[in-house]
Amino acid sequence: MPAVRFESVSKTYRTPRGDFRALQDVSFDIEAGEFFGLLGPNGAGKTTLISILAGLARASSGRVTVQGHDVITDYVAARKALGIVPQELVFDPFFSVRETLRIQSGYFGVRGNEAWIDELLECLGLADKAGANMRQLSGGMKRRVLVAQALVHRPPVIVLDEPTAGVDVELRQTLWAFVARLNREGRTVLLTTHYLEEAEALCGRIAMLKQGRVVALDRTANLLAGTAHQMLRFKTHQTLPPALAARARVTGRIVQLAARGAGEVEALLAALRAGGVEAEDLEIGRADLEDVFLEIMQGAPAAAATEALA
Amino acid sequence: MSGPFAGAAPLLRKEVLRFWKVGFQTVAAPVLTALLYLLIFGHVLEEHVQVFGQVGYTAFLIPGLVMMSVLQNAFANSSSSLIQSKVTGNIVFLLVTPLSHWAWFAAYVGAAVLRGLMVGVGVLAVTAWLAPLGWTAPGWTLVFMLLGAAMMGALGLVAGLWAEKFDQIATFQNFIVMPMTFLAGVFYSVETLPPFWRAVSHLNPFFYMVDGFRYGFFGVSDTSPWVSLAVVAASFAAVALLALSLLRSGYKLRS
Repeated sequence: MPAVRFESVSKTYRTPRGDFRALQDVSFDIEAGEFFGLLGPNGAGKTTLISILAGLARASSGRVTVQGHDVITDYVAARKALGIVPQELVFDPFFSVRETLRIQSGYFGVRGNEAWIDELLECLGLADKAGANMRQLSGGMKRRVLVAQALVHRPPVIVLDEPTAGVDVELRQTLWAFVARLNREGRTVLLTTHYLEEAEALCGRIAMLKQGRVVALDRTANLLAGTAHQMLRFKTHQTLPPALAARARVTGRIVQLAARGAGEVEALLAALRAGGVEAEDLEIGRADLEDVFLEIMQGAPAAAATEALA
Repeated sequence: MSGPFAGAAPLLRKEVLRFWKVGFQTVAAPVLTALLYLLIFGHVLEEHVQVFGQVGYTAFLIPGLVMMSVLQNAFANSSSSLIQSKVTGNIVFLLVTPLSHWAWFAAYVGAAVLRGLMVGVGVLAVTAWLAPLGWTAPGWTLVFMLLGAAMMGALGLVAGLWAEKFDQIATFQNFIVMPMTFLAGVFYSVETLPPFWRAVSHLNPFFYMVDGFRYGFFGVSDTSPWVSLAVVAASFAAVALLALSLLRSGYKLRS
């Protein structure tokens, strides 16, 4: 039995300017114990999909189950199995960190949970803030409390929606070490993130959403293998010749060009020389998940890509 | 605890803690307001108004003010808690839990009743020594206090679910709750009104809450306490059904 199953999930929002189809026929399974990445640009439908999973929104059609429990008809069992870290940095200003965790634990019917609450506080670097009111915490600290709240009832399936947005390096390391431990202990993790290096490092399997459809679904290693093998990176002040500019990814002074094989690398270098472009700090590297992501998002129409992968 | 009310107790505890932590504002302030009403109106009108033949105006006014405070604070508690959670977004912590609509209802209404009761008892404690109150049938007093507070807690729940902004709650409070409590015979006996306005007052469920509550003190009232009980119980049932169906459907909570 999969930890999470999405079956033909569609979601249409009625807006004053007509219907907006946020999700179209999304189907995939997340197996128990997986570390699964859900990627996609803003507005692709990631948060909508997670909201439907968590019961915050309802699918227009289709079905979602958590460990076999339907999130609508059997919501008690489904929600007990889920721990959701929401994207928004929300908190209840009336309570301290420990009170917040005790209250959340109570909602799930877990009593006498102090040992686990202490462990969560310790592992997330919150031990010295346990008595502090939520209002007094910095943004990063509030984010840690959100993670602790999601885990307080020891859910077997953990959903992290952009948990590292605006978070400093130290917290990211703490968080990933802890989540990786939970995953090793057998918990399933579903992660959405904009930091593709995180997804590449952590996720065994990845689904990519584009305009509400699944456009890629594969093991991370396969996604990386199936794309352009090399990446030419360099810095320059000059403008690229039109033929190169069309296929280049430019970030400030940094230019990246995808190349399949040594022949194409040579051709690119020749084109640069011919265009009179002076390339500094030139290096040739392996394509990373960001390259795969951009290739898929800019590439084939959504429907065709899904079929190819099915 | 399992079943439909699982998780209600922790949510109730949280809701009570929420108002208790700012008790100066949520309990002490309404008690002071009611005391001021009593001192000023009682002072001005004591010599001029006699109600039910033998009851002095200050004595008549005290139960009215107690009930008004109970009703307004019960409403304020559930409505403000919900709208705060919705506006700040922390309602998500509740939405992801397995709590049923029964548990939500029991906790929000329970906390509202508790705050209403605390304010009511507070008002009574500071005003009771200002005039003879009779205490004829304390059972009726308690029943109307509880049922009135529950009805207003449920109404506050409906308002909190419906509203999307703080000022919509204020509108609800100023244009519905305030006029209906003021016109419920808190400050006067509706029997002294012209026939038309007397008839209108009898359409206001708040009137029966105040009237039945007052019966418990003096053993006299404008309407039979049984009629009042029936009206108040029916109003509570109607509002409770509405609140439960809104919670069950996820109205303005789950998109």
